[in-house]
Amino acid sequence: MDWSASLRLIAPEELLSVVGLGMLLVAAWVGDRASRMLSIVAVAALVGAAFLVAPALCAGSMGVETEAFFGQFRADSFASFAKLLIYGSAAVSLIIAPAFFERFNAMRAEYPVLIIFAALGMGIMVSAGDFLTLYVGLEMNSLAAYVLASFMRNDGRSLEAGLKYFVLGALASGILLFGISLTYGFTGTTSFAGVHAALDGQISTGAIFGLTFVLAGLAFKISAVPFHMWTPDVYEGAPTPVTTFFATAPKIAALALTMRVALDAFGEQVIAWQPIVIFAALASIIVGALGAIGQINLKRLLAYSSINNVGFILIGLAAATPQGASAMLVYMAIYVAMSICGFVGVLMLKDAEGNQVESIADIAGLSRTRPMLAAALAMVMFSLAGIPPLFGFWGKFVVFDAAVAADLVPLAAIGIAASVIGAFYYLKIVKVMYFDEPTGAVTGKSDWAHSVLLAISALVISPLGYLLTKWLGAMADNAAGALFHVM
Amino acid sequence: MNGFPILSLMLLVLLGAAVACLFANARTARVIALAATLIDLGLGIVLWMNYDIGGAQWQFTERVELFAGFSWALGIDGIALMLIMLSVFLMPICIGASWNSIEKRVGEYMAAFLLMELLMIGVFAAQDIFLFYIFFEAGLIPMYLIIGIWGGADRIYASYKFFLYTLLGSVLMLIAMLWMVNEVGTPDIPTLMAYDFAPEVQTWLWLAFFASFAVKMPMWPVHTWLPDAHVQAPTAGSIILAGVLLKMGGYGFIRFSLPMFPEASAQFAWLVFALSMIAVVVTSLIALVQNDMKKLIAYSSVAHMAIVTVGLFSFNVQGLEGAMIVMLSHGLVSGALFLAVGVIYDRLHTREIDRYGGLAINMPKYAVFFMLFTMASIGLPGTSGFVGELLSLTGVYQVSSWVALVCTTGIILGAAYMLYLYRRVFFGEQKNADAAAMPDLSLREFALMAPIAAVVLWMGVYPESFLAPMRNDIAALDARIARARPEGDARLAAGKPQTEKQHETAAAHEGAH
Repeated sequence: MDWSASLRLIAPEELLSVVGLGMLLVAAWVGDRASRMLSIVAVAALVGAAFLVAPALCAGSMGVETEAFFGQFRADSFASFAKLLIYGSAAVSLIIAPAFFERFNAMRAEYPVLIIFAALGMGIMVSAGDFLTLYVGLEMNSLAAYVLASFMRNDGRSLEAGLKYFVLGALASGILLFGISLTYGFTGTTSFAGVHAALDGQISTGAIFGLTFVLAGLAFKISAVPFHMWTPDVYEGAPTPVTTFFATAPKIAALALTMRVALDAFGEQVIAWQPIVIFAALASIIVGALGAIGQINLKRLLAYSSINNVGFILIGLAAATPQGASAMLVYMAIYVAMSICGFVGVLMLKDAEGNQVESIADIAGLSRTRPMLAAALAMVMFSLAGIPPLFGFWGKFVVFDAAVAADLVPLAAIGIAASVIGAFYYLKIVKVMYFDEPTGAVTGKSDWAHSVLLAISALVISPLGYLLTKWLGAMADNAAGALFHVM
Repeated sequence: MNGFPILSLMLLVLLGAAVACLFANARTARVIALAATLIDLGLGIVLWMNYDIGGAQWQFTERVELFAGFSWALGIDGIALMLIMLSVFLMPICIGASWNSIEKRVGEYMAAFLLMELLMIGVFAAQDIFLFYIFFEAGLIPMYLIIGIWGGADRIYASYKFFLYTLLGSVLMLIAMLWMVNEVGTPDIPTLMAYDFAPEVQTWLWLAFFASFAVKMPMWPVHTWLPDAHVQAPTAGSIILAGVLLKMGGYGFIRFSLPMFPEASAQFAWLVFALSMIAVVVTSLIALVQNDMKKLIAYSSVAHMAIVTVGLFSFNVQGLEGAMIVMLSHGLVSGALFLAVGVIYDRLHTREIDRYGGLAINMPKYAVFFMLFTMASIGLPGTSGFVGELLSLTGVYQVSSWVALVCTTGIILGAAYMLYLYRRVFFGEQKNADAAAMPDLSLREFALMAPIAAVVLWMGVYPESFLAPMRNDIAALDARIARARPEGDARLAAGKPQTEKQHETAAAHEGAH
């Protein structure tokens, strides 16, 4: 392994580090005046990084030539797929931010810098080939995210969100580290390939403990039940652009990381973790659906909906097959589009003075006052509920297909039956927007950048999205192939 | 017409018109919607004209590999052709029925109806099991909006109930479909129809499909969404619900349950018979005591659809043909009855039977039409209802005389509640001055009713036109399920043919006397 090859493989990370550090200097010397310019630079850097990772995905790279630094870092097609989603979500969170923060005079130069560092950390997470790389990436992302959650430092709710996120996130990191140390103790290595080899055959009780704690720590990060309690509070309290970010990029990163850990490091012990994943999947679907029913705040509702969606994604993991992994990736891509459409739609709900409107009661009769916005939100709701012909159905379709192919028919049947509970509260939003009389609360103008993003994401989740299925499926198969290559 | 994608064209016309309606004002939207539905009716007639009776089983097939797990595959057989004709025939009437009664958000309303028609044609034409599922489920969205936005006072409860009931019914069907496609390796419906699943898995698959189609049909006891949805929906919504949406359940049985799982169908035939017998008697009795006209017709729908299910599961040609004719006839007749209720609802804004009376005096033309549809609903010979019910009951008689006996009471009870309704609304004293002052049918309303009346009589007098395209397909289905056919309790035995010699001796014997 020569160093130049390793350095070439981590080119996207190098680019983001250099740009991030440069931006930090500019932010320190120029101050908040530079925030708009820095946002543009950050988006450009993310687009550049996306171009750097795309070839690996299209070529379906896997195996030894993608391993950097003696297997600690993997720039394979799986990592590329996740990174493309992460960079895309991060770029969206940058584009939607200025219009939101400038109203409060809170658009500071740190925002793009923090997003870049979070994206860098997430890139390292999904490329991890070793538990230590994993931890470094995870913490890098988390520390940036804690600050982002409390970015509106004059707003009590935002501060509360940041603090809650920090305390529970630190706890999760502790649990994860404990699991990693147990795993290390019982297998004698921290590299995924080493753990994979050491667990070939019998698994010791200690290693099972390690595995369980690692999965518990990761469940915190993906907000799977029973470690989901922080999600609604943080999503509600954090500024909406930051919530958009939380609901997309870190979730993708943590899910991809979970896939890597479960299918690669613990790939020989599917029997040991499959029950855990099945429980988490079903519990997330049911708790996410039931929890959402009583909500009166749109952002909280979308938080429960994200818990619900994680449950469906985990059904693909429970299948533990390449088809299941590919299905998870397809679902994640669709989930990102749905979340962006949903949160940008929420961002566009403003009253006459330009204040954000977040309560469900205030969007009554939205279809009369803002028909396009209402139609987009209704599409998100039907799509999240998985009603065809909207694109959200396709995500559910592929994960259930994978579960059925892996002989998990009861899991699929219970999961899909529970999805009907979710349909109830998604329908409620549509009902409020379409059937109720207008309250006239939402009258404010929308930023053009928001409208463009809303239109693009709505187009993706519309039935036209099905035209992407072939291409998306081929890319996801490429990525999933890399994940199973070592086996 | 070889290779011309006429089915896709039908769908495309509707899609384009639906989008146009969203951006048009009320007047233009109505015209666009009417034009689009009439174009589709025209295309439907072209389809029927070019349908080669006795030709290939699947005609007008199209296949484009557009998507990852499934393909854009369309094609029809005779059964699908007839149901598509029913949809395209009823749709312009629906648009006409909403011409004046819908005043708010007309563009969106028309768009929802056009999408609804698109999805209905898609359901009947889909040749790919997942494409079928997408069309089948997608229909929930426009119908939910139609009931919820333009419905009556209790519309929100009704729209929720409709949506969640039908969704819960059909999600398990998706899992069954995924399993089947995994097993067979293709989502192509004709291939699946010819595949023999092991009898023990058929049981589960059949139940999953049954959950969906029984709700859609609807069968007792999962029919309770229907009266709510019917009563709250606007007139045209009721027409389309009763006329076509319910037929999706019957179509599902005939396209999926029977040919794909013949053994399980035979195994569960008793369940279908039991539920249908209960439905016929119970819902007919419920219909007898209704005060709301729409509710009465809604309950009568459940009873009629029960005749369809017994016909389908009688495993013989008469039963299957009868079930199809009942479906077509019920689509027309119940659609017409809902339309007729809509006519007086538009004038007086109530569906209470007691508010009317003696309408035959001031609305004679209306009374004649209503009488015709009442008779067709009862199943009077000469109307479409008779043909279907007779065939259906003949079919089931060969399997079980008891089922036939109980289901036949449906005709008697049907006569009771329909004639009772007719007497209360049209005969007797004119109790209320406002009801007595209602004008007779306008030209528009006459133009909506007359075509249905003509087709009802046509189907009653010469059903061969409608049976001919379906005959081969039903014969093929009958041959497919023959191996599981249950032995009937009637024990029909043909008499021994006598030889010529016996005849002679008998004759000689007689001569001797």
